[in-house]
Amino acid sequence: MIIFDEVTVRYGDDVALSGVCGEVAAGEWVGLIGPNGAGKTTLLRSIVHLVPHEGGTLVDNTPTDHMSRRALARQVAYVPQKPEFPAEMTVADYILLGRSPHIGYFGFERSKDHHVCATLLERLDLTHMAGRNLTTLSGGELQRLVLGRALAQEAPVLLLDEPTSALDLGRRVDALEIVDALRREHGLTVLSAMHDLTLAGQFSDRLILLSAGRVAAVGTPAEVLDETILTQHFGHQVQVLHSPDGELVVAPRRSS
Amino acid sequence: MSEVPVPEAPAAVLPRVSARRPVLVAVATLVGAMVIGVSVGPADISLPTVFSALAGHLPLIHYHSHTSAIDWDVIWQIRLPGVVLSGLVGAMLASGGAAYQGVFRNPLADPYLLGVAAGAGLGATIVIVESSGVDVSQVLPFAAFAGAVGAVTLTYLVGVTSGRRASTASIVLAGVAVAALLTAIQTYLQQQHEPDLQGVYAWILGSLGSASWSDVTLILPYVAVSAVVLLLHRRLLDVLRVGEDEAGALGIHAARVRLTVVAAATLGTAAAVSVSGLIGFVGIIVPHTVRLLSNASYRVVLPVSMIGGAAFLILADVVALNVQAPAEIPIGVVTAFVGAPFFLFLLRSRRTGVL
Repeated sequence: MIIFDEVTVRYGDDVALSGVCGEVAAGEWVGLIGPNGAGKTTLLRSIVHLVPHEGGTLVDNTPTDHMSRRALARQVAYVPQKPEFPAEMTVADYILLGRSPHIGYFGFERSKDHHVCATLLERLDLTHMAGRNLTTLSGGELQRLVLGRALAQEAPVLLLDEPTSALDLGRRVDALEIVDALRREHGLTVLSAMHDLTLAGQFSDRLILLSAGRVAAVGTPAEVLDETILTQHFGHQVQVLHSPDGELVVAPRRSS
Repeated sequence: MSEVPVPEAPAAVLPRVSARRPVLVAVATLVGAMVIGVSVGPADISLPTVFSALAGHLPLIHYHSHTSAIDWDVIWQIRLPGVVLSGLVGAMLASGGAAYQGVFRNPLADPYLLGVAAGAGLGATIVIVESSGVDVSQVLPFAAFAGAVGAVTLTYLVGVTSGRRASTASIVLAGVAVAALLTAIQTYLQQQHEPDLQGVYAWILGSLGSASWSDVTLILPYVAVSAVVLLLHRRLLDVLRVGEDEAGALGIHAARVRLTVVAAATLGTAAAVSVSGLIGFVGIIVPHTVRLLSNASYRVVLPVSMIGGAAFLILADVVALNVQAPAEIPIGVVTAFVGAPFFLFLLRSRRTGVL
C-alpha cells in the first residue's frame, strides 16, 4: 500500500506538482492519467526520490523520507518511460541489475539472485534469450525484460511510467496483461502513468487524473472517464463510447 | 509481498559474461611482456642468462647461477625495476581510465579528465624552475603528487557546488576549466625560466628509463589500494551503465559511487604520474581495446585493462629505451605513436572476436 501526502515539486519558480495527495491500496492498480506536463512522471519520480520534493510518501504506513536508496528500492520498483539499454549487455546481466537493492555495496550476485532472475525470465518467456545482447531484442521483448528487472527487485510496489508507449496495439495489451497477471500472482500494488485512456480504463481499478500539477479527479474509470471532465482537462473535445461488452472507449473528436 | 518463489530444483544458471578467458589472455600477454622487458636492453644479456640469474636469486631454491655480477646488476637494478614500475603505472592509467569512463559515462574520459595531469605538471614545473640546478629528483614526485591531488580536489569542489546537483557535466566542465588554468600557469612559469625548459619538457613527456626500486615502493601502496577499490566497484559500474536515474531507482547512490571511484583513481593516478610523468593515451586506448576485443562489462573491462595496461606500458618502455639506444624516446610519444594507429585499426575492424 502506498500513500502520497501533499507532494509538491518545484523547478525553480515553476510548480510541477502542488500538494498532490492520493493512495493506492495493497494489490490495487491505479492509473495515473492527465495531459502532457500534468506531473505524472514527476509524481512517480518523487516517490522514488529522483526529484527533490516537499511532502512525503508512505509505503505500508512507513515514511520513506529517511530510507536509504537501497531500502527504498526494496519497497518500490520503478520502470521509467524510456529505459536505457546499454550496448553490449546481455539479457541475463540486465535482469540481474534488478537485484542491486539486495546486494551489499561491495557484494556480488549469489545463487538466490540467479534463481530469482532465472524464474522471472522463464515466466516472461525470455529464457531462450538469456545470453543475447539487448540490441537483438524487439520492442516488446525489451519491455518485458524491463518489467522483469523491476520485478527482480521483489518490491511490493511497482511504478510504471507509460509502460507501453513504444509498442504497437497488440504488444501494448500483451504487456499490460502480463503486468496484471504478475500483480495477481505476487500481490503487487501498481501505480501506472498511462497515455491511452481506453487501456487505462480497462486495466485500472481506479484512476487519478492529474492536471497542471494538481489532482483533478479521482475515482473508478466510469467516474473519471467522463466527457466533460476529460474535455476540460485535455483541452480537446473528447467522446466516451460504451462498447457492446460494456467497456469504455475514449476517442477524440475532430475539431472541424 | 512479492516474494518470487525459489524453485525446489535449482533453475538453470544464467549465462553470464565471464572474465576468466580475457583475464587469462591478458595474463599471458603480461608474462610475455615482462620476459621481453627483462631480456631486451642495450646491454646484451641473453634470455637464458636472465632466467638463470633470476633462478639463482630466488629464495628457497638452491640453484647456483653463473651470471656475472655486472649482468646481475643490470637485471636487478635497471631492468626489473623498470618492468615493475612500467607495469604499475600502465595498470593504474588503464584501469583509472576505465573507471572514469564508467562513472562519467563518457567514452572519452581518461584519468587526466579532472586535472591530474595539469596539477602534476604544475607541481613538477614549480619544483624544477625553483630548484636552480640542484638535483630535485627526490622532491619531484611529491610535488607532482600534491599538484595532481590538489587539482582534482579543486575540480570536485567547484563542480559539485556549481549547478543544482552534482551532475557529471558540471564536474567535467570544472575539470576542463581547472586544467586550463593550471596549464596556463605552468606554461607561463616554463616560459619565464627558459634554461629549465628541457627538464620540464622531459618530465611532461614521461620517462620510466631511470626507474628504481625506491620508485616502486613509493607508489606501490597507492596503486595497490586504488586497484583494489576500483576492482571492488566493477559490479556498481555495470549498474551505472543504465544511467544515474535508473541506478538511483535500483538503490545505487550514483554520486557516492562516483566520489569513491574518483578518489581512488585519483590517488593511484597521481602516484603513477609522479614517478612517470604524463604518459597519455593509455587510459583511453587500453579500456576501449578490451571493449572492442572482448566485452563492455566492467567485470571484464576493469581487470583486463589493469593487466593489459601493465603489459602495454612495459612493451612501450622497451621500445622507448631501445629504438634509439642509448638515447631514450619519451614514452608518451611511444604510447601515442604505436597505440593510436593500433587503436584506429581495431576501431575499423570492430569486434574481431579475438579474445
